[in-house]
Parts: sequence; C-alpha cells; structure tokens
Amino acid sequence: MTKLVDIRLTVNGREYQGQCEPRTLLADFLRDHLDLTGTHVGCEHGVCGACTVLFNGEAARSCLMLAVQAEGAKITTIEGLAQGGQFHPVQKAFHENHALQCGFCTPGMLAATIDFLNTNASPNEEEVREALSAVLCRCTGYQNIVKAVLAAAAEMRAAGNAGAQAHV
Amino acid sequence: MSEVKNDGFVGRSIPRKEDQRLLTGKGQFVADLKLPGMLHAAFVRSQVAHARIKSIDLSRALKAPGVVYAIAGPELAQMLPPVPDTQLSLPRKWTTRVQHKFQNPQQPLLSHDKVRHVGEAVAVILAETRYQAEDAAELVEVDLEPLPAVVDPIAGLTPESAVLHEQYGTNLIGDFVVEKGDVKKALAAAPRRIKRRFHHHRYAGIPMECRGVVGSHDPRTDTMTIWSACQVVHWLKREASTVLNMPEARIRCVALDVGGGFGTKGHVYPEDLVIPFLARAVGRPVKWIEDRFEHFISACHSRDQIHDVEAGFDDDGRLIAFSDNFYVDCGAWNPIGSGIAYNTAVHLPGPYKFDHFFVRSRIVSTNKVANAPYRGAGRPEATFAMERIMDMIAAELGLDPAEVRLRNMIPAAEMPYHLGIPYRDGEMIVYDSGDYPESLRLALEAIGGLDAFRKKQRAARAKGRYLGLGLGCYTEGTGVGPFESATVRIDPTGKIYVAGGSCPQGQGMETIFSQIVADVWKVEPKDVVMSLADTSGVAMGFGTIASRSTVTLSGAIHQASEPLRQKVFSIAANMLECSAGDLELRNGAVGVVGVPGNEVTLSTIAKAARPGWDSARPQGMAAGLEETAYYEPPTVTWAYAAHAALVEVDPDLGRVSIDKYVIVHDCGTVINPMLVDGQIHGGAVQGLGGALLEEMSYDADGQILVGSFMDYLVPGASDMPHLDLVHMHHPSPLNPFGVKGVGEGSAIAPPVAIANAVCDALSHLKLEFNETPIKPEKVVRAIWNARR
Repeated sequence: MTKLVDIRLTVNGREYQGQCEPRTLLADFLRDHLDLTGTHVGCEHGVCGACTVLFNGEAARSCLMLAVQAEGAKITTIEGLAQGGQFHPVQKAFHENHALQCGFCTPGMLAATIDFLNTNASPNEEEVREALSAVLCRCTGYQNIVKAVLAAAAEMRAAGNAGAQAHV
Repeated sequence: MSEVKNDGFVGRSIPRKEDQRLLTGKGQFVADLKLPGMLHAAFVRSQVAHARIKSIDLSRALKAPGVVYAIAGPELAQMLPPVPDTQLSLPRKWTTRVQHKFQNPQQPLLSHDKVRHVGEAVAVILAETRYQAEDAAELVEVDLEPLPAVVDPIAGLTPESAVLHEQYGTNLIGDFVVEKGDVKKALAAAPRRIKRRFHHHRYAGIPMECRGVVGSHDPRTDTMTIWSACQVVHWLKREASTVLNMPEARIRCVALDVGGGFGTKGHVYPEDLVIPFLARAVGRPVKWIEDRFEHFISACHSRDQIHDVEAGFDDDGRLIAFSDNFYVDCGAWNPIGSGIAYNTAVHLPGPYKFDHFFVRSRIVSTNKVANAPYRGAGRPEATFAMERIMDMIAAELGLDPAEVRLRNMIPAAEMPYHLGIPYRDGEMIVYDSGDYPESLRLALEAIGGLDAFRKKQRAARAKGRYLGLGLGCYTEGTGVGPFESATVRIDPTGKIYVAGGSCPQGQGMETIFSQIVADVWKVEPKDVVMSLADTSGVAMGFGTIASRSTVTLSGAIHQASEPLRQKVFSIAANMLECSAGDLELRNGAVGVVGVPGNEVTLSTIAKAARPGWDSARPQGMAAGLEETAYYEPPTVTWAYAAHAALVEVDPDLGRVSIDKYVIVHDCGTVINPMLVDGQIHGGAVQGLGGALLEEMSYDADGQILVGSFMDYLVPGASDMPHLDLVHMHHPSPLNPFGVKGVGEGSAIAPPVAIANAVCDALSHLKLEFNETPIKPEKVVRAIWNARR
C-alpha cells in the first residue's frame, strides 16, 4: 500500500484535513474524499475543462493537479458559488439565458467565467469566446453561454462588484 | 425568437426547472453515486483491431492490491449470453414492403473468440478503488494471434477480404433496396447526368460525460438496480432481464442526470449488462465510469458512409431520377440494425419532387468501433449526397444553386405530399405540413439577399478574397414510434404527477413537459411533478432517441389525461351537484363555468377518489385518480429546415471562416422557444464540428489514431460562429399539440452547407469537396492541385 500523505486545504470557505495517496488527483480528492461531486471529470487530460475550479481565485484544471499540490490552497468549487441561497450573478445569468443543457461542463464554465470577468469586466463577444474556449461544451453550441457571460458582466458592473466575489 | 401568444405556458420561454441543481453542484450524475461497499471496475481492452484470442492470463492481476474479482471473456461466455438482438426490431409492415436481408451478429459481453476492434473489452477487474482496478488491468496478459484488418467497407466485400463474423462468410451484414418509378430507364433517357462518389466520414456524439454504470443487487428480495448514463432505461431493463435471467419486475433501471447523449448512449452496451452481473456475482455494488480514452475506442462512432450517386436531370435543372448505392462502414457490430442506413435511404429525396428513385444500402462489418446513431442518424449523409448534387446541377447549367433548389422543391400547395416510399415504421411517407420553398427564401433573406451576396462575392474575388455561399435543405421524420408511455396521477395535494418513458440528457424535459401538463390541467409548471428515466415510474417505455420525446410523450400525456379529466369532472359534478358538462379546469380546481368561486380543488377531488371508508366518489366508480396511456403515433411528423452558410476561404492556410450561418426551421408548435433555440444551436455546432474539425481516423491496420481531445477536435467557443435562427410554424396535424421533433435537425445540414460554401468560394477553380471533413490541409492541397 502506498504511504498516505496528509493534506490540509480550504474549500468553499471551510477547512478540510485529510489523507490521500500522493498520486490522487485534486479532482478525485474533491469528489471522492470531500464528497464535492459538483466538480466533473470529462477527460482527465486537461482539455475539456469540466473540472475547472477556482484555485486561490484563479481558474485551474483540477484533473491536471495532484491533491498534494493544493496543500494550503483556497479553492472554490461550484458548490461554493451561491451565497445565502442566492445565485452568484454568473449562475443567475446562466439560468436566465439557458446557458446550460446537460450541466456537465457547467462547473467548469462557471469557474472559467468568474475568473475571466475578474480580469476583464467589460468584455466583447470575441473576448468572451476566446476565454470560454478553455472549456468544451457539447450541448449549447456556446451561443447562450456567450450571451449569459455578457449579461453577467453587465449585471456585475451595474452592481459595482465586477471584482472578487465572497471568498473566490 | 418568436413567442406563441396565449394565456397558457406552452410557447413561453420559461427558464428551466433543472437548472437549480445543475448550477449549484447538486445534480447527480452516475459518477457521483456512492454506495456502501461499492467496488470499482476497469476493463481490459484490445490494442489490436482483429485477432484470435489465444489466452488471457488474469493471475498477476488477481494478486494486485485491492483486487477482489476478475473475469475474462472465455469464462464469462460460459455464464452469460450475448447482448440480445431485440434492439433491432423491424416492424412487420416494413419487412413486407422493403426488400432486405439482415444478419445481425450478437455482441458478447466480453470478447471470447476474437477481438474485432481496438478497444473491445476482453476482461474486467473489480477492486476496492478505481486506481487499484486500473493498476491491475495493466497486469492482465492477453495473447492474441493477429488477423488482417478490414478497414474499408468496399474492399471488405471482396472475396479476398478477411471476415469479421465467420459464421456468415461475408462482411455484408445488411442489404436492402428502396425504389419508386424506373430509375434505369429514366436515367438513360435523361438529357443530362451526373455521377459522383461522396464520403461522409466517421465522427461521433462525444458527450462531455462519458458512459457509466452502477449495479447493485439486493439478495433479500433478489432485485437489481442499474444506474446507467443512458437514453433508454426501459431497453436496458428488457435486455438485463434476458441476460441476467431475472423477471423485469425485479429490475429497476435509472438514468440520473446524464451529461449529454446525442445517440451515443441510445442503446444498450455490453458494459450495461456486465456491471450488474458482477454486482450480483460478488454481492457488492459495482461502479464503472468510462474514461475519455475508453470512450473514443469503445463508445459507438457514427456517419461513415460512401455513396455512389447518379442523378439525371433536364436542361432546366429539374431532377428526374436519383440512384444511390451506398455503403455503411459499420464497424464490428451493428447494435441498431437497419436504423441508420434506412434513415439515410428515405431522407435522400429531401424537399424535392422527382419521380424515379433507387437506393441500395449495404452495411459492411469492419474492424472499427461499432457504428450507431449520432444526432441525425443517417440523415446528414443523405443530405450531403442530395445537396451536393443540387449544387452540381447548378454548376453544370450555370444556374444559381438557390434557383435549382426552388425549381425542384415541393410547392406548399402540394402538401401533404405522398413521397411514395415507406418510412422505417412501415407506413408510406407523407410529408405532413410546411412550406419548403419559403424556408429557402427566408434563409436567403436572412443572409441579406442572394443578389447582394453575389455582388459582394464578385467584388471580393476581384481582390483575391474567396467568399462562398453554401445551402443545405432537408426534411426530417421525427417522433417515430412504436410508442411512448405516460402515467398521470392527481396527487392528494393537488399536484399533478407524471411518469414517462422518455429519458432526458439535458434537453430540459422536466420543464417542457411541466409546461404541457400545466396547460392540460390548468395548473402552474411548479405544480407538476415529473418522473422520467426511471423504470419504477412506468413499467413499459421506449426512451429518448430519434427526435421523438416531445412528440410522443406529449401524446401520451394527452391520452392519459383525457379519461382522467372525465373522471375528475364526474367526481366534481357529484360534489358540486351539477352536470359534468358544466365544468371547467381552472387554477388547480374544477369549477362551474361562469360561476366564479363555485369550485372544488384538485386536492379535494383526489382525496375524494381514494378507496376506503372516507371515499366520496360516485357510486360504482373505480377508486384512484391515475391513468397510464401508451401513445402509438400514426407515423412520423416531418420537420424541415434550410441552412445557409457564408464562408471565406483562406487559400494559403486553407482555413474556412464562417462569416454568417443562418438556420430557418420548422418544428411545428414550439413548447419553449428558448429551449428550442438551445437545441438548434447545439446541433448546428455539432454539425459544424463534423464538417470542419472532428474525425475518428484509422490506419490501414485498423489502429485508431485518436485517443484524446488533443487529436479529436471538438469545437470550442472561439471556433464557432454566432448562429442566426428563423422560425416557421406549421403545426403537425398528426398529434394533439402539433409538435414536430427538433433534437437532431440542426446537425443534419452543416456538413453539406459548408462543403457547398467552400466549393462556391473556389468555383473559379472548379473544385469539388465531396468528402468530409474539410480540413485546412485538404483545402490547401486541392487548391494547389487545381493551380498546378
């Protein structure tokens, strides 16, 4: 049996301590050890982006990272986006604009969008499409996702909080 | 987006019920399921295309850490029959109307005599963790004696070819003919003829969630639960009953949230049956989650047809005769039998009127992953052949491709139109409604007008820039039978419960059927409780394939609701002391027409209908408010569309940029316009992916050359254009709501619209692109060859 290693990290504002094999992927650690199954695994080789989480505030592929590399990190997953039962503006825009169908890529899309809007609060369509190319969606053809991201950007600008959200 | 104005919920863009859980990480996909004591499975798969299995040694794997059980194909074959061939069901009417011969090999649950494609499973390991199962799978020693691989369906029919299924002595596993008129004579007499070969290449659905199965057996009650990421839970129940030798009543199949299907998950796979078998054998729940590499080499691929077409036409560009001999590169197995090929055959005529038609289809086994439906299911291949021919007729006569189409299209005044050949349900095809020429005119209007484009194209070409217009028009049979089921029940709280045989993967069915039920019962969508994709909801069901669920489940809901409403009215009439004829449904209650306030709620009526001491139903009436109906559609409804692509071709880089993409479509009554738009966007981008990027390529030894998203290119957001949609609304006369299917349609036309656009852009070089995908290297090579 491989020796287990200790790991301590903060996910969605809550501190976790656990043990895993050194080879455990961060995605598997989140899903299997912490029961945060909202993060999805679509390819395990870093292309599809469904596993994208916010890692110290920035979008990162949790399938391309070992759990041990997240020691001491602050991670936000899809489970941590809504606050007090209220959708994050990006979640709200996805709902209102029908920007998800099967919902499998959605955790990655939300994380990638939040990271993107943190760096570009007033994007145009081309910039949105470029940013979203980090995550593959097979259902929507991207059109309503683009629309939702533009709508979320507008709403976040209007609310004067285009910057970081909560513990993101 | 056009909204249908009424006071109900049908026709409104209501955001989805499904979103709350999917946007907050509370959805549940099969990979998310954890059961106490659950084991994890990993399959050992063939690395060669065609070989005889000499031996499979599991001894090292069985000693690996965490391994609990392992079994190889030869041993399993002694215990279990192959996947039943009941998935291939040919309607009696069809078999009498169509000349055909099918010999369908039945796929063993694990290979035991030969392997027939790279990726075919030969053994399976169960371990405490997935990591351990994968480690052990690498220790399995498989001794194979390689055989020559069959990679080309036409070469596969020659006497010297290797044969996959030796019991037949041939790789020809399906053959049929459809015809009307006298093609031979008409072609001979036609003033002009064109003869071409087309190849629509191999690509696949590629849902973002791979396949997955969890099986759990309860020894106390001898019951089995199978959770599978699939589109057809009732098929799975039926096949599991046969293979596991259990009554259907002891099997429950559930599809949880499913991360896309697109046809790829539209039939029962060996893994769906092996996993529950293993769960029963070891007495612990077993989970298998396909990884992406496995998906590429074992989940079904699609398309991959070669068409040899000859078309005869007159000097005005009117089509007289169309003949097509086509070959389906079927891969090693044929789970859906005639489905794809027959779809291709009968969708060849499309929106056009001509008298002489002949098609022969040959389905050929090859050493590749099995070919099964993917969004469009044979129609993109048909549309590619016919729509390329339309452009060739135009080129030969110096006419505009749009003009040739308008001359050949069935005029609206001739609807309903009898095509003269049978559909795969065995009924003679009747295009039920619509205006095909108008769809094309609207598409041309939406691109800014044909003349304006041609002018712009000429001006651009003078400056060395190559713009092209590509059209793609098609008709599509949707909502096919045999049936769909619905159970409708009035809950004691007054909520309406509906269980159905449909099985969603992201279409938003909980929302759209809630809208329909809300209108039928005059409640709000939130008052509707939907149960889909679970065989415990309704015993017999069909499932979600073939653009059928909105049509067939709405029909079943209507059919179950009608007698139930009469019963509800009888009880209410008894309580209100009036005639049932004076009653109406309103706001979750039944009331006397024209007398506000004089009403009883559905909740009160449901309680009154209960059996027992406190029942308040009329004397002689059976207790309970529940009806189950099986809607058997008379035949298919006919959706149609016209696509128009404006592209620019970069002659140096071969890149095809899409400047504008217009889709004019008609799916009859629209339940939720926002969701219909979503279906069209998604399908169109899949079609464009097939046209330009995606390809399951194989080498001459049958080795698959893709295994990751680095070499199989799924379109990303920045690869794809904004799509312009135009809606037409000709309700189908065939069903209560006037709906036609919309799930597959938009994936059908993009490959040929793009091919036609690229040919149009390079028309000065007289280039033809008759094969997909149209990748940059092919464009550059074609231009280079033409200029040489």
